[in-house]
Formats: sequence, C-alpha cells, structure tokens
Amino acid sequence: MTTKSQALLNWVDERFPLTSTWKAHLSEYYAPKNFNFWYFFGSLALMVLVIQIVTGIFLVMHYKPDASLNASGVPVAFAAVEYIMRDVPGGWLIRYMHSTGASAFFVVVYLHMFRGMLYGSYRKPRELIWLFGVGIFLALMAEAFMGYLLPWGQMSFWGAQVIVNLFSAIPVIGPDLALVIRGDFVVSDATLNRFFSFHVIAVPLVLIGLVLAHIVALHEVGSNNPDGVEIKKKKDANGIPLDGIPFHPYYTVKDIVGVVGFLFVFSAVLFFAPEGGGYFLEYNNFLPADPLVTPPHIAPVWYFTPFYSLLRAVTYPLFGLDAKFWGVIAMGAGVVIFAFLPWLDRSPVKSIRYKGPIFKTALVLFVIIFFILGYLGVQPPDNGGIKDRTTQICSVLYFAFFLLMPFYSKMDKCKAEPERVTS
Amino acid sequence: MSVEEKMDSGRRQLLLATSVAGGAAAAATAVPFVASLTPSERAKAAGAPVEADVSKLAPGEMMTVEWQGKPVWILRRTEEMLATLDKLDDQLADPASDKSIQPEYAKNKARSIKPEFLVTIGICTHLGCSPSQKFKIGADSGLGDAWPGGFLCPCHGSTFDLAARVYAGKPAPTNLDIPPHKYLADTKILIGEDGTA
Repeated sequence: MTTKSQALLNWVDERFPLTSTWKAHLSEYYAPKNFNFWYFFGSLALMVLVIQIVTGIFLVMHYKPDASLNASGVPVAFAAVEYIMRDVPGGWLIRYMHSTGASAFFVVVYLHMFRGMLYGSYRKPRELIWLFGVGIFLALMAEAFMGYLLPWGQMSFWGAQVIVNLFSAIPVIGPDLALVIRGDFVVSDATLNRFFSFHVIAVPLVLIGLVLAHIVALHEVGSNNPDGVEIKKKKDANGIPLDGIPFHPYYTVKDIVGVVGFLFVFSAVLFFAPEGGGYFLEYNNFLPADPLVTPPHIAPVWYFTPFYSLLRAVTYPLFGLDAKFWGVIAMGAGVVIFAFLPWLDRSPVKSIRYKGPIFKTALVLFVIIFFILGYLGVQPPDNGGIKDRTTQICSVLYFAFFLLMPFYSKMDKCKAEPERVTS
Repeated sequence: MSVEEKMDSGRRQLLLATSVAGGAAAAATAVPFVASLTPSERAKAAGAPVEADVSKLAPGEMMTVEWQGKPVWILRRTEEMLATLDKLDDQLADPASDKSIQPEYAKNKARSIKPEFLVTIGICTHLGCSPSQKFKIGADSGLGDAWPGGFLCPCHGSTFDLAARVYAGKPAPTNLDIPPHKYLADTKILIGEDGTA
C-alpha cells in the first residue's frame, strides 16, 4: 500500500474502527476449514435480503397502496402492479425479482435452518444465534404475509382476511386485536396502507437489526461445522484455531461460487417460470380483490403451507375453547417450537455424523412430514377424509419430533466425536 | 463498603423519580399511536343500512348484497329446502343457535323472520372466508350421498345447512351471523336495522 493511502487509512482508523472491524469479521475471523455445501445458505440469505431491499426500493417508486377504484373500476393498488408489469420500463423484471425473491428467501432460509438441525448449530454456546435466527424467521413470515396483500388481488385479500381473523380467536382481547390490525371492520384501504407501511419500513428495520445481531453473536462464539466440534479448543501458539481459516479470502471466494450457482437457478425461475407454476404467484391473485366472493380454493403461498396444515388439523374444541383457537395455537406453536431446540436436544454430540440411529431416523421422518404437511396445505380440505386424517397424524408427529427429543436424543447410541475436524 | 457510604440517597431517589416520570411520559406517548391504529371515524360511519329488492329472486336462488363491506346473502328457500332443516339437529354444532349471533327475532329453526327468506352474513365464523353455495343434493355436490344442500367454506372445510347452521366437528365454532334486518315491504328488505315487521 502506498504511504498516502496508508496515511488516509490511519487517519480513519484513529476516528473509526475500520481496519479492526474488517479484521474481526473478515480477514481474521477464523471459520472451520471443513464447511461443506450446506454452509452456502447463510450468505445466500443475506444476498436475497439485499435483492429484496433494492428491488423493493424501486417498486415503491411506482406502486400506490390504494384500495379505491379507479376510473375503470379496478382497485388502484391492483392497477399499479399491472402498470409496473406493463408500462414501467424494466418494471416487470424488478417486480418478478421481488416476487421470486420472496420464495427464494424461504427456500434458502429453510435450507439454512435444516443445516442448523443437521449439525446441531443451535447447541451451546450458539443458543442466542439460533434465537435471533428464529426471530428472523418470524419477521420474514410477517414481511412476506404483509407484502402479499399489496397487489390487492383475490388471494391477497382473502389470505389477509384469514390470517387477521386468526388473531380474533384469542380469548378476551382477540376481536379488538383484529380490529387494531385491520384498522377497520373488514380488510380495507386502511389495512392495505398500514401493511404497506409495515412491509416497507417497520419489518425491514427489525429484520436488518436481527440479522446484525445474528452475525455479531455468531462471530462472538465462532462458527459450528459439519463435525460439530469446537475449533477453538485447539489453538496454535498465536491463539489461532488449528482448524480455522480466515473467512476472507477463503469463504468469501467459496460463497461467490454459491452465489453464482444460486443465480443460475434464480434467473431460470425469473425468466422462464416467474409464477412458479402458481406456487410463487397464485393464479387467483391475477383477479382484483372482491370482498364478496372467496375464490373456490384458497391456499397460502407454498412457504406457509406446512404451518397452515397445523392450523387445519385441529377440529375439536378443548377446555371450553373452540377449535379455532387451538388451531391458531397449533400453528403458532409449530413455528415457535423451533426456538426451544437448543434445550430439547440432549444428545452428547452435536453433529448428525456422530448421532445415533434414533435421531437420524427422527430427523428424516421430520423432513418427510414437513413436506407432506406442506403438500396437504395447498390441497382443499376433504371433510374428515384421508387428507384431513393424514394432516392430523402428521401434525401429531411434527410436534412429537420436538417434544420427545429430550428422551430419544438422550437414549440414542452416539459415536464418539473426533478431537479435531475431519477431512 | 465505602462506595455505598458515600452514596447520596437523596440524589438516588431523585434519579429514580425522574426515571419513573420519564418512563410514564414515554408510555403515555404511545397512546395516540395505538389509538391511530383503531378504526377511523370515517370507517365507523361507513355502516349505513342497505336495501335489497327480493321480488325477482326465484325460489332456490340466492343474491348477495354488500353491507359494511361484507357480503350479505339472501336465499329464497323452497319448501323442500326448509324441510331439510328438521332432520339435522343431531349433526349440528349449535342447532338452536344458542351460541350464535343473530337478532332475537331470527333465533328460530329457520333463522329468519319469514322462513322463505334467509338473510345471513356470508362470512364464515372460523376465519372469515365467504362460503360457497352447495345447493345440489347428494353425491352431485361432492360432499357425500347424504348431503341435503347447504354451504361449504372453501378455506377450511366448514359446512353449513340451509339455515346457515354449522355442522359439528368442523372448524367454524358457530352458525353464520344473521344481521339486523327488517321488511320494508313484502319483497323489500332493509339490512342493518332492527325490526320484526
């Protein structure tokens, strides 16, 4: 480095921790050397977040959150999305990047969470990373749900109607709470405007804050790895973990490969199947919202369907409270229960590589059940028929995976962990 | 401890009092923000009654009018339709409408002022979808051979009979709401205002 630029850097460093931050989080952040394919999804999630923020900024320049009807009798918000798609130069691409990005976000985050479950990344001392992560997941769900109202199509309207009414199932405060969320007695212009505000300002701020906390907590304790052993236990004379390599350049370069691979797939969807076969953008949402007619078959977007199935599974009243309330509880619990994983898993080892057959079987079954619940969530209910019964059985198994974990993870026959990371 | 001895308890109390007062002020500031989330005066005023003319409604047909942003159904029931209501009590969650919402004058088996006309809010009491018409009887309806006609909510599968009463074992907890309504003339119904005439 030339002396002049070095002098400038010194000048900055005396006033702002630039070099030390760079070192702490990149060039001298030592990550385990054995990261594999599963470790792409954290950095990919960060990239999708950037895509969503940038495309979102540009979409807001052309979109109008207005449920009133224009001169042609079409809601202004719905017409604004059509305007972006047809008349704004490049608008279709930016809008499809945003809508495809939403689904991509969930794909990447689900895989990222699965990685955590595979290698026990939620275990001590990484409980807080995991909790911030669950917070990110919740914020992401809120963000996706409120964003889905904005095109003001049939699915936007009726999806919001159903989800807001979930809150009215809470005893005592429920009906008033739903009223405060909607800002009206029905989903209306007031609801559209406040969801817009939350979607573009409030939730993204929370999301960015949680992502920062997630990364800061990660860099405090250090990354887990596919072997689930702590690299900080074996350090060289300089205090650098023997199995650690600096994040930059090693993992920045690796993650670029992941980004390129991801963008191949993302672009393929973007240009050839932006509607994702009706799963990324539902066909009924190409009809403007009609408060008088529910589409014959309504289902949430694919990423909510496993939890939607949990909601539908409960059809019996319990303890004097009706089935609706318990359905809501089941759905909420289905999400929040992930937060308890660090304390539910009593296995002596972290990684699936050294866990016993019971845990491996349980995790495989859980993934299968998650997919089945996801599939059933897009299917119409069949009135206590085979699909409804399967939903109920799978829902019980879904919770059993978590609630029985303290027992089966403890009695499982695990292999001994190696001293240092392998391969 | 010397630090504790030196502590000025008068100042500490002032500090506490100031913090409490500041906290109370901050909490009070939240009030207008929360209040702004509740329905505005305009939203509250938008509930005017609506008139429906049912003279052109054929027996067995249903029309929908919008009241307070919600669909209100008016179903003109045939004798056969009304006859189905008698046989269902043991299959329904709330056959006598004890837990359901309706004006006193519509708390009867047909859930209406005149049995011929059912006036009900077409919003499922589960999560607020609008159920669809399933007036065909038996297997044609797709709801089994014994289906006597009624409504099916597409969202979570709640079913209702032709008096908008919910079947037992379904997610919807109560029958569909009956709005306040009255007859202005033989074939003119005002929705949103009480009256038995």
